[in-house]
Amino acid sequence: MSVINPDQINAQRLAGLRPSADRTDIDPALGDGSLVDDPGKVAPLVLNNRSFHDITEIVSGYSEKAPNWWWFHALGFAATVASIAQVMILYLIITGVGVWGLNNQVDWAWDITNFVFWIGIGHAGTLISAILCLLKQPWRTAVNRAAEAMTIFAVMCAGIFPGIHVGRVWFAWMLFPIPNYNYIWPNFRSPLLWDVFAVSTYATVSALFWYMGMIPDFATFRDRAHLRMRQGKSKQVELRLPVPLPLPTIKLPWRGDLIRAYVFGFLSLGWRMSGRHWYRYEKAYLILAGISTPLVLSVHSIVSFDFATSVVPGWHTTIFPPYFVAGAVFGGFAMVLLLLIPLRALMTNFSDLLTLRHLENMAKIILVTGMMVGFAYSMEFFIAWYSGSQFEADAFLYNRATPDWLDSRGAPYWWAYYAMIGCNVISPQIFWFRKMRRSPLAIWIVAFFVTIGMWFERFVIIVTSIHRAFLPGEWHMFFPTPVDILTFVGSCGVFLTLFLLFIRFLPIFPISEIKNVLPGASPHDYHDDHGDEHEGEHAGEGAH
Amino acid sequence: MAQTTYETESGAKVFGLLAEFSNPHTLTEGAKKIRDAGFKKWDTHAPFPVHEMEESMGIVGKAIAPMMFVIGCAAICGAGGGYLMQYLINVDYEIIVQGKPTSGAWEPFIPVTFELGILFTAFGSLLSMFAFNGLPRHHHPLFTSDNFLRCTDDAFFISIEAADAKFDYDQTKQLLSDAGAMHVEVIEES
Repeated sequence: MSVINPDQINAQRLAGLRPSADRTDIDPALGDGSLVDDPGKVAPLVLNNRSFHDITEIVSGYSEKAPNWWWFHALGFAATVASIAQVMILYLIITGVGVWGLNNQVDWAWDITNFVFWIGIGHAGTLISAILCLLKQPWRTAVNRAAEAMTIFAVMCAGIFPGIHVGRVWFAWMLFPIPNYNYIWPNFRSPLLWDVFAVSTYATVSALFWYMGMIPDFATFRDRAHLRMRQGKSKQVELRLPVPLPLPTIKLPWRGDLIRAYVFGFLSLGWRMSGRHWYRYEKAYLILAGISTPLVLSVHSIVSFDFATSVVPGWHTTIFPPYFVAGAVFGGFAMVLLLLIPLRALMTNFSDLLTLRHLENMAKIILVTGMMVGFAYSMEFFIAWYSGSQFEADAFLYNRATPDWLDSRGAPYWWAYYAMIGCNVISPQIFWFRKMRRSPLAIWIVAFFVTIGMWFERFVIIVTSIHRAFLPGEWHMFFPTPVDILTFVGSCGVFLTLFLLFIRFLPIFPISEIKNVLPGASPHDYHDDHGDEHEGEHAGEGAH
Repeated sequence: MAQTTYETESGAKVFGLLAEFSNPHTLTEGAKKIRDAGFKKWDTHAPFPVHEMEESMGIVGKAIAPMMFVIGCAAICGAGGGYLMQYLINVDYEIIVQGKPTSGAWEPFIPVTFELGILFTAFGSLLSMFAFNGLPRHHHPLFTSDNFLRCTDDAFFISIEAADAKFDYDQTKQLLSDAGAMHVEVIEES
């Protein structure tokens, strides 16, 4: 039986000050102990023999304890960058889209590039939470909550750009079929309108999925706050000074636990971990996972229709839907790794829940999806040749791949194309080496390159294709203005700010799902001859 | 038959009994005994969905069939309503642009029909899960027990309501102990 309050040793252990009591010597070949290559053994999903209570303590601790020093610095930086986006958007609205570098020929540039970039980032979250759920991959539990949060924040960033690129933002409501005085309706035969429905459905369903997964964890937070209040352990909120000054601490007249009990109590809807509730919950969750899977495939397919249904050479290709979906998963996984690897180093006990095995699995997915986009890039060239279409051959061979200094028919955006190839196709190839797949630093660097490469992929598709149309008289270059650049940089700040707030206040790991994959979670883990003492002995084995 | 009501020494009405179990295994075994004893208003409480608990509780299928029906209806409403909306908007009021066929072409309406079907199914599954679970219910007599609050951490419980037709204070308490409970406490109505 467990205890409500960890004793001193346990508290130190959870704070990372003391190694786990049951820690056994780990074979260095196994990295942190999760890299089991023996197919007869199941790699542990949680390290250091953590009990159910340990998981609760670790994950709740991230939200309950005062944040680390780096969190304040990071939030301050991210929020400042985010405010740049607000200023730029305000400037755009009061001035007009002329503040961007768009011209008559290149009428979609950074705005739609950023939109497709951000919406693609989100896809990894849904892939992890929905597709890996259907495939019964228990390793998803370590990353799904953070990845889903990332999905929602990325979709929010994506939503900014089509909203503001319409020019007269106050008419953006005309995207939706709202009955109006002028009897003007949207054109449902246009892929741009499909996009409105696909992206708004995606944002809504992702948010529902995210919230539903968090309900049991909110209940955990609520009950912990209640228990502390009933035991008289909760403290008044102290107003901390940003710099150490010899002033008395100001105590605010309310208790943090009261606020937590109210907020998480409201959000958890009175969840009481009932077996009957769990049964319906699991079925409803499975249905949400089941419908999110075709949804995530449809969203980026529909985004690709924005281009594929046009007659612009370089856009008018049937490979676009699967190519966009693979690219989205590729870029999304890179963003998950980009965010979680630093957290793994910075936050206490994070590496017990997000093991090297998880990172290796994600590195493998990066490698696979990187090869998929590489295949799509080469297939574009094959079809450009095989179709016999002169314009398409020109779009790929000269507009993209031939530098203008090498051949007079080449285009000035060759460097963007080769940046894309270098980052997306070549850089993930180092994951063929086991050592690289298992090195957080190497993975982080590749993830960084992939994120850049995926932005360039959208830039190449959009700007390179339209900057040279059918007639040379229509040829125009695109040059971003500072407003273009700062709006994109600002949207990164918005994303980062939301993510930092998420890791501070909400459950970063799905507490109940992680408990469910611990040894001892399944009734079949217990044998009558061992009795209750069996719990914990199975450490080193996954529950499934 | 009039239901017997039980009162504690302080005069409060008894809501039911709450029994704590040591682990998922003993909880499952205990649940099977309560199920076989024929109780209806009882429940198990565990920090995570215990594997095959629905079988041990004898609620397979019964608990989710109406929920699945509602979700199916939501899916049909979303997809059907979505298609109808587009038909009324774009066929009733034709927009002749882009050289696309205006009459008889249903294919361009499929993406939005699909998306709205998904959207309604998602709302249907979440909201019907709440509705059939009787949520939100922020207040429940079980929450008065300090022990019970550990259920969201690492404790396992079975609760039996006094409103159950088979409930008898002493016998039920004995049954829970025999089923492997570590200790049994009385929960007052509040």
